[in-house]
Amino acid sequence: MGHLGRTAILGLGTFLALLAAAFAADSAFRLHAFVLVLALGVATIYMLRTAPTGDAPAAKDESDYMDGPIRAGVILTTFWGVVGFLVGVVAAAQLAWPDFNIEPFLNFGRIRPLHTSAVVFAFGGTALITTSMYVVQRTSRARLFGGDLAWFVFWGYQLFILLAATGYLLGITASREYAEPEWYVDLWLTIVWVAYLIMFLGTLIKRKEPHIYVANWFYLAFIVTIAMLHVVNNLAVPVSFLGTKSYSLFSGVQDALTQWWYGHNAVGFFLTAGFLGMMYYFMPKQAERPVYSYRLSIIHFWSLIFLYIWAGPHHLHYTALPDWAQTLGMVFSVMLWMPSWGGMINGLMTLQGAWDKIRTDPIIRMMVVAVAFYGMSTFEGPVMSIKAVNGLSHYTDWTIGHVHSGALGWVGMISFGAVYFLVPRLWNRERIYSLRMINWHFWFATLGIVVYAAVMWVAGITQGLMWREYDDQGFLVYSFAETVQALHPYYVLRVFGGLLYLIGGLIMAWNVYQTIRGNVRNERPLVTHTVAQPAE
Amino acid sequence: MDVLNITYESFRHFADSWGLLYMLGIFLIVIALVLLPGAKKRARDAAQIPFNEDR
Repeated sequence: MGHLGRTAILGLGTFLALLAAAFAADSAFRLHAFVLVLALGVATIYMLRTAPTGDAPAAKDESDYMDGPIRAGVILTTFWGVVGFLVGVVAAAQLAWPDFNIEPFLNFGRIRPLHTSAVVFAFGGTALITTSMYVVQRTSRARLFGGDLAWFVFWGYQLFILLAATGYLLGITASREYAEPEWYVDLWLTIVWVAYLIMFLGTLIKRKEPHIYVANWFYLAFIVTIAMLHVVNNLAVPVSFLGTKSYSLFSGVQDALTQWWYGHNAVGFFLTAGFLGMMYYFMPKQAERPVYSYRLSIIHFWSLIFLYIWAGPHHLHYTALPDWAQTLGMVFSVMLWMPSWGGMINGLMTLQGAWDKIRTDPIIRMMVVAVAFYGMSTFEGPVMSIKAVNGLSHYTDWTIGHVHSGALGWVGMISFGAVYFLVPRLWNRERIYSLRMINWHFWFATLGIVVYAAVMWVAGITQGLMWREYDDQGFLVYSFAETVQALHPYYVLRVFGGLLYLIGGLIMAWNVYQTIRGNVRNERPLVTHTVAQPAE
Repeated sequence: MDVLNITYESFRHFADSWGLLYMLGIFLIVIALVLLPGAKKRARDAAQIPFNEDR
């Protein structure tokens, strides 16, 4: 399809969106359709203004890798990271000081899904799509399959993010955790995701490398499983064809289990398998040595995907879910500890013989901390899935702390490492603008995580213990409002931890911007090699 | 049991017998392939793939 065809499709899409706005069944749908008109309209105008001038287009070099979407992806990963962290700080501030709830668009009920989706799907998802495009080409030694399909996948996913985010602020929600977008946005994501699968599989099929490198297995598991989870979890009947509301096909405890089957596997296959793909490529590359044990990586892969899919019911302990299903979820969660730690050991031991890089290379340091947090949160998770522990931890801030040690520590840090690895290579720069600023980013982010996780852990235990404190008459000792009051100092500290992490993200954005512009900061080298003096 | 009459019970029994066996079988085959003689050399070669780029 040429430039003209793409412009025509975008123009047609704008027109159809306008029609949808005109015939909308409810006002929220109308506003949402106008957002779509705006996005597609701007894209159409951009395409019209960049139309080729009539010269024959230069023949594309099929032997070359396709890096255009990857460059755009690195920039947007950085952007969404900063946005997601900022919204997180706002949400934390709203919990500490309720005056920050600005009704109706910016109250906590809307900001919270905006934050989770911005960090998981906008920041994490863009990072995954971007790095998977980079890794699959390099390890297959083949250009991305499908030509401009990669651009469709890329911008189609960004359109999904835009519609999801604006939908939350307008109050449009399917009320399914981590899957809040309504049915029409879900349908769009399904189309984009199938295109993504075709692009990824097509590239693997035309690979010049006989073996499929393990990072691609993890990426493929991520793509295939998310497709399955997304479709099943969002099975719903819309009330009208141009309206926001839909009803889930499931009800009651079946609906709850479907949601947590989805929810926990979004953690397992989006936030874990995908980012493990990142680890298995970028860590060996940055350390300049192959993965510690390739055979362990294969066992890691198969045991992880066989076990993860069963762990979801641990989110429904002591509910209407049958007891055997709760126990099943708990047992599989505990078993998951082994493959997770196998993967962590594999990542860390990749540095065998090059441990000094932790001192000299801040990117490696980020990756090592990422893998360490992977290990810590995949130990904490199984512990929390045990019913007796869960009785204390569930519904408390301990859960929030656990999620953030995985999200900020593992997902965030490994993505930052990948971004710093990619930027100089994609723009052909000799090196990153400033290594010292990576070091600053590292310390801000690490301190932020430590403050956040420690504070939420203490808050969660406090909360859990206060909730179950009975007096000798059998009455509850504390009212709910008293437990909220007790947590206030921790909530303030959480804002502080989040701010540190946000500052780290801003430092990264500046560093990435300057590197793309081709600047190199005039700075003292990070490591000055001192010659060891022999002992007398 | 009528094959077309799929109930929750029959579905579940299929899953926790044949389904479970099938998955366990695949898992054991993978482990066997990893431990087979010659697997070590193949794994060592595969681990070098990230360093074999054209550029």
